[in-house]
Amino acid sequence: MSWHKRSLMLGLGLALSLHAGPLHAQKAITLKGSDTMVILGQRWAEVYMKNNPGSRIQVTGGGSGTGIAALINGTTDIAESSRSMKDKEKESVKNKSGKEVAEIPVAVDGLAVYIHSSNPVKVLSIEQLKDIYIGKTTNWKQVGGNDARIITYGRENNSGTYAYFKEHVLANADFHPSVQTLPGTAAVTNAVAKDPKAIGYGGIAYAKGIHHAQVKKDAASPAVEPNMENVLSGAYPISRYLYWYTAGEPAGEVKKLVDWVLGADGQKLVESVGYYPLPKKTGTGKKK
Amino acid sequence: MNIENPSVSQTINSVGSGLLKAGLTGTRLKDLVFAKVILFAAVAAISIIFLIFIYVGKEALPLFYDPEAKKEASLGNLFLRQSYGTPDMPLPYIWQPVSEVPKYSVAPLFLGTLKVTLIALLFAAPFSIAAAIYTAEFASPKTREFIKPLIELLAGIPSVVLGFLALIVLASWLQSVFNFDYRLNAVTAGLAMGLAIIPIVYTVSDDALTAVPRSYREASLALGVTPWRTAWSMVLPAATPGIFAALLLGFGRAMGETMIVLMSSGNAATTNFNFTESVRTISATIAAELGEVVFHSPHYHVLFFLGVILFVFTFLLNMVGEYTVARLKERLMGR
Repeated sequence: MSWHKRSLMLGLGLALSLHAGPLHAQKAITLKGSDTMVILGQRWAEVYMKNNPGSRIQVTGGGSGTGIAALINGTTDIAESSRSMKDKEKESVKNKSGKEVAEIPVAVDGLAVYIHSSNPVKVLSIEQLKDIYIGKTTNWKQVGGNDARIITYGRENNSGTYAYFKEHVLANADFHPSVQTLPGTAAVTNAVAKDPKAIGYGGIAYAKGIHHAQVKKDAASPAVEPNMENVLSGAYPISRYLYWYTAGEPAGEVKKLVDWVLGADGQKLVESVGYYPLPKKTGTGKKK
Repeated sequence: MNIENPSVSQTINSVGSGLLKAGLTGTRLKDLVFAKVILFAAVAAISIIFLIFIYVGKEALPLFYDPEAKKEASLGNLFLRQSYGTPDMPLPYIWQPVSEVPKYSVAPLFLGTLKVTLIALLFAAPFSIAAAIYTAEFASPKTREFIKPLIELLAGIPSVVLGFLALIVLASWLQSVFNFDYRLNAVTAGLAMGLAIIPIVYTVSDDALTAVPRSYREASLALGVTPWRTAWSMVLPAATPGIFAALLLGFGRAMGETMIVLMSSGNAATTNFNFTESVRTISATIAAELGEVVFHSPHYHVLFFLGVILFVFTFLLNMVGEYTVARLKERLMGR
């Protein structure tokens, strides 16, 4: 519902800004991709358009894959993605447009592991998480909990979160077929809150009835709580960048937008929608 | 247009008056236009269905000739046992299209669909058939006029509401009663889906039972057979093909049902015959994945292929069902 409201507001803003400054009216900058980042992109667009009358930004979701496909086909200026682009995809862009892909991290997102609040297990290592999700570990007893079956919850396979978890926690192994897939982080936290034997993963979201597992990088490392401080310092092992991708280095209006997003004003908005701003040191440059 | 009364046309001919003719052509013209409009609507509806089928088929077709699609998702990959998993934990059938090596086994999806539909039928059949016997045989006309629309009203509940109910209420309740390991499972989704198909199974069964001629019942009762015995041994056997058709139609409806399973089945693509585990159905897979799939990728074509399979199945089931009902009515009416 809020999505509709937002797009309505966006449309209104668009109409108003057009009306206010027809002389400055330009071609719209299009942002397309990750559903995780749609709200973030829209917040940026709203504020940016308000501050820069005459600028037009269109934000659409559809998923990281959809955004990247659009970048390959040249139908979007900026692709939003919650996973990094594959080399094959970068190559496709180069073949089609003749330009190198520019990768711009715009925000940081941490992934939390949810466990029912009555579950005595508080700490899990990446290795243990992997074994749980590929079906090798099936009982809470094996990771220091009660004698009960582990019920695993995850995200649908079109989500960037699913892809990230698969790549970084499972090291590209397959999820066991018994992993239940639910649409959205909220669905996963709700399911875990209702089920004492459950485990789930998703964005760092707080909900009644669950707690976040502290995660150890390996058996010897310290257990780390998922919070802003640990995510930003890199101590928490499952966090990711959220990216913008452009074909070729951003130039003109797009560059102005990118610079603003990476600047203090843009980064302040990141926190307001529940993600983390870029750590100061990588705040301006590009990775790679 | 074709039911021209010969005497009328004769009169027109004999009178041959231009005035009268003009009046009649006016109404005839209206008739003609109206009939054509209706005909157009009917043809449009049919051709739209036909075009949808062609489109879905067309989007699935590259699976059979596109080299990229064939490499990633050959028919063997789709239907046969694969060597996925590790040697100590082989997983011959995996549905994991987003992966380093995409895996498209459809066996878990078929099995999941079958499991949920079976539960739905097992739950819906006794209720709806018993209700149909009651309203067709025993209820007074007044009660019947009250109950029948009420049950049919159940069909008006949006499936998202049923799905929500199953997800929040039914799942917790069933888990606490039967102590299921999985909160969302085939039984939960099946029961909710059963609610969705009760109206159609009931209505068609009721139609089949009421189509049995009065003379059957009168003959039976005249021989001193009790009403209950009459219903059970005379009417029900005579209407059996119709009830069979009702079940087929219910089956078809359940197979295509999406929202309920998407919300309450857990969507895990398992391959086993345990009804208390999560399942993933064909319809839910299409709904969950088509929204974000890269257009014209092998994954996209596989999803359309699943759509074709679903379409063909429900189409055949509906056709056989409708045909059986029509035949039964003809037979019972003595035509």
